Amino acid sequence: MARLCTEANFILGRDVIDALKAAVEKEESPLGRQILNALLENAAIAGRDRLPLCQDCGTALVFVELGQDAHIAGGSLDDAIEAGVRRGYAEGCLRKSMVSKPCSDRKNSGDNTPPVIHYDIVPGCAVKINVMPKGGGAENMSRLAMLKPGDGEEAIKDLVLQVVQEAGGAACPPLVIGLGIGATLEKAAVMAKKALIRPVGHPSQYEEIAAMEQRILEEVNKLGIGPLGMGGSVTALAVHAVVLPCHFASLPVAVNLQCHSARHAGVVI
Amino acid sequence: MQYRQVHSPLNSEDILNLRAGDSVLLSGVLYTARDAVHKRWAQTLEKGLPLPVDLAGQTLYYMGPSPAPPGRVIGACGPTTSRRMDRYTLPLLKQGIKAMIGKGERSPETKLHIENYGAVYLVTLGGAGALLAGRIKKAETICYPDLMAEAVMRLEVEDFPVICAYDSLGGDIFSSQTARYRRI
Repeated sequence: MARLCTEANFILGRDVIDALKAAVEKEESPLGRQILNALLENAAIAGRDRLPLCQDCGTALVFVELGQDAHIAGGSLDDAIEAGVRRGYAEGCLRKSMVSKPCSDRKNSGDNTPPVIHYDIVPGCAVKINVMPKGGGAENMSRLAMLKPGDGEEAIKDLVLQVVQEAGGAACPPLVIGLGIGATLEKAAVMAKKALIRPVGHPSQYEEIAAMEQRILEEVNKLGIGPLGMGGSVTALAVHAVVLPCHFASLPVAVNLQCHSARHAGVVI
Repeated sequence: MQYRQVHSPLNSEDILNLRAGDSVLLSGVLYTARDAVHKRWAQTLEKGLPLPVDLAGQTLYYMGPSPAPPGRVIGACGPTTSRRMDRYTLPLLKQGIKAMIGKGERSPETKLHIENYGAVYLVTLGGAGALLAGRIKKAETICYPDLMAEAVMRLEVEDFPVICAYDSLGGDIFSSQTARYRRI
């Protein structure tokens, strides 16, 4: 667990590096290309010097896929994950950004705990753990909307464009955009987050959804926001959507923005 | 890309000559301040008390670093979102700050205040904290250590890369450049 926290913060995934390299080729703005190249240089320095890619080492967001035949012995899994986060953030000199009482004194918890943990029970006996350090800048600009059932893809696209436009340079574009469509209010938000775990640029396994991801991405990249909001043709690297059935009265849509430092690390036990 | 070398704190001539879109390498002194510090400073000024740091002419950097690993000056140290400081910026312009470094756009009111007070708003590389760490030669916490990563630090920087986002004449790179690449 501790190692996943440090690796995710020090080493930018190959998927993101490849997407940034492809973005350099596509970007029309010279300043945009200069910024993208600096981001690639940053990734090289962070990996070489074992420094965090970004000072915002995030909320430690943990996704656990627990095989239903696995048995966790010797204590609480929650406690074990929390202990690993505490150790990883201390040993890796990662920034501790969590405050214990968000509405009163906002005092720092001092060890970046608690993590936010999501569990899924899956077939089999493996335990899969994914860590996503989620920075505040892009998270702050994310949004959940309950659209009208008849609105469809057009309204979803408009919502995404509005969220990305309002975020501008603050969310550190080029972005990865996670979309959770359907289910219910809280589930849509978790789906949008989970969509961000998919390797950047890997389309949905469902052809219809993959085509929608591509259409929305093309529209987002017409906004002109560009790398770090300084203008350009690459505002997002990818759109990842997860779609589930929902009530016929509803169309829940969560838009979760991820910055270009789309960090994640995983292990299968 | 042409870089212009500028010393911080910026003198009035540098400020007048900077144009939105200019790439600049800053050397000299920066003071860090982000959300919690801005709130404390605002409360101090509301009580009519002096700030613990003399900000006249100074450059603020909206940043809270990761801890310095052994043998290093500082950890990763990229900018945070500037617009969260907007509500506190006018009183600090009145205290004499002349430049701010952060990421992203400011509110229209703040942009106007920056112009009215003859200051500049600079942006640096969001999410490139490891690269920027190499440009910081000295870092010292000078105020509010209880705020940990959010405490005020005095930084000495060399060739710290920034882009002038808002110049002192009202020029704005965000609106001019995004309009240029907009296809909707």
